[in-house]
Amino acid sequence: MNYIASIGKYFIMVWEVFKKPTKWRIMKSLIFKEIDELIYNSLGIIIFIAFFIGGVVTIQTALNLTNPLIPKSLIGFATRQSVILEFAPTFTSIIMVGKVGSYITSSIGTMRVTEQIDALEVMGVNSLNYLVFPKIIAMLFYPFAVAIAMYMGVLGGWIAAVFGNYAPSGDFIQGLQTDFIPFHVTYAFIKTLVFAFVIATIPSYFGYYMKGGALEVGKASTTAFVWTSVVIIIINYVLTQLMLG
Amino acid sequence: MIEVDNIHKTFGDNHVLKGISTTFDKGKTNLIIGQSGSGKTVFLKCLLGLFSPEKGHIRYSGKNYADLTNAEKRDLRQDMGMVFQGSALFDSMTVEKNVSFPLDMFTKQSKSEMQDRVDFVLKRVNLIDAHKKYPSEISGGMQKRVAIARAIVMKPSYLFCDEPNSGLDPKTAILIDNLIQEITEEYDITTVINTHDMNSVMEIGKKIIFLKNGYLEWEGTNKEIFKTDNKAVTDFVYSSELFKKVRQMYIEERN
Repeated sequence: MNYIASIGKYFIMVWEVFKKPTKWRIMKSLIFKEIDELIYNSLGIIIFIAFFIGGVVTIQTALNLTNPLIPKSLIGFATRQSVILEFAPTFTSIIMVGKVGSYITSSIGTMRVTEQIDALEVMGVNSLNYLVFPKIIAMLFYPFAVAIAMYMGVLGGWIAAVFGNYAPSGDFIQGLQTDFIPFHVTYAFIKTLVFAFVIATIPSYFGYYMKGGALEVGKASTTAFVWTSVVIIIINYVLTQLMLG
Repeated sequence: MIEVDNIHKTFGDNHVLKGISTTFDKGKTNLIIGQSGSGKTVFLKCLLGLFSPEKGHIRYSGKNYADLTNAEKRDLRQDMGMVFQGSALFDSMTVEKNVSFPLDMFTKQSKSEMQDRVDFVLKRVNLIDAHKKYPSEISGGMQKRVAIARAIVMKPSYLFCDEPNSGLDPKTAILIDNLIQEITEEYDITTVINTHDMNSVMEIGKKIIFLKNGYLEWEGTNKEIFKTDNKAVTDFVYSSELFKKVRQMYIEERN
């Protein structure tokens, strides 16, 4: 019963976020600040993880292709498909839940604990719009980060294949181009946008409605990470079934 | 002026406020006192409009809060200033940004007009060199003064303070009390202070209401509170040795 109540409360929160907007001049600066905090500051970790995950996918694919009749280009093909369809959008999103989601929950939760949210409400500010809306807008730029992750993943795979002697460069690139379906990229970006909304709102929910002190802020961050990850995994399954199934 | 008429507030099975009626006058420091769990904070939050009472009315300058439209409620909120127990300053903003926040948010003033107003209120609370500092870089007493500056920057008609001198040393606490009283009288504001500090009661309690278990047990002034025979009040007021001695002196003087 509690879960149902929480889900209802979450959707009411989302509705409240879009009501009574903050003055555009102030909102604009908040959005830029959040783009910097949520997207720009996450690029390093996204690039690092995508590059090495791409390399690992390539190595593991190559090591499992023991049959000499299977062309080496399949390594490039498998890397591309894995990176574009799953690793860049989903794996990166789980990483982002850990980094960005924890930041969102702890920053909003700390504001709750220190009565800063009450201060906003007393002044007549829609605190949900002020705090959560800029995060949602900033996360609309998340597909750009995922596009970079896709590029870095494939690049990591190519470097691992060529410099690890798993496949010649030509074969790998030929595999990358084989049977390319542009809709797969569209699918990846659509689910990335949905994940972006989830990453911006679920941790906000846990931060905004938390009760207690500093210890509870930590607990709320952990709970937010777990539930945001669970929701992303479920949405990933549903969207994959709907769009590719 | 704020008129409170028979308000009740319940959380689940917990009936916190049980029919409180009182009046808070303009230009006076009105104090709400009582033990922890007596309903002080809930009462203050009802006055602020953060909680809606299930029963009863709260009137601000004759206007019933429950009858106001959303836009009127918003306007009323902008006519209220609040000093929170922990100051509740925005820690990502400098002192001057904290103070100018309501102006920036709700007025169409130019930057220079806002700056003039911010300089004026910071000077009024005796903070001159802290404009560019962050809340974490200033002392608790200074944070309270910034909170007061932020609360009065919009020239509110109502000022609410939740334990304004908790966590402060006695000297700074008295400074904060006096500052609130001066501002209240200078700008003719209706000030309501939630406290359990007896020094505040003695210094600035122009009107005091004592809550016990959600009821209004007693109301009067700082002079009357030391003369009352209400047992709940005397138990609360004379819980410290210092005030027991004050009481003893008063009785001896009377006899």
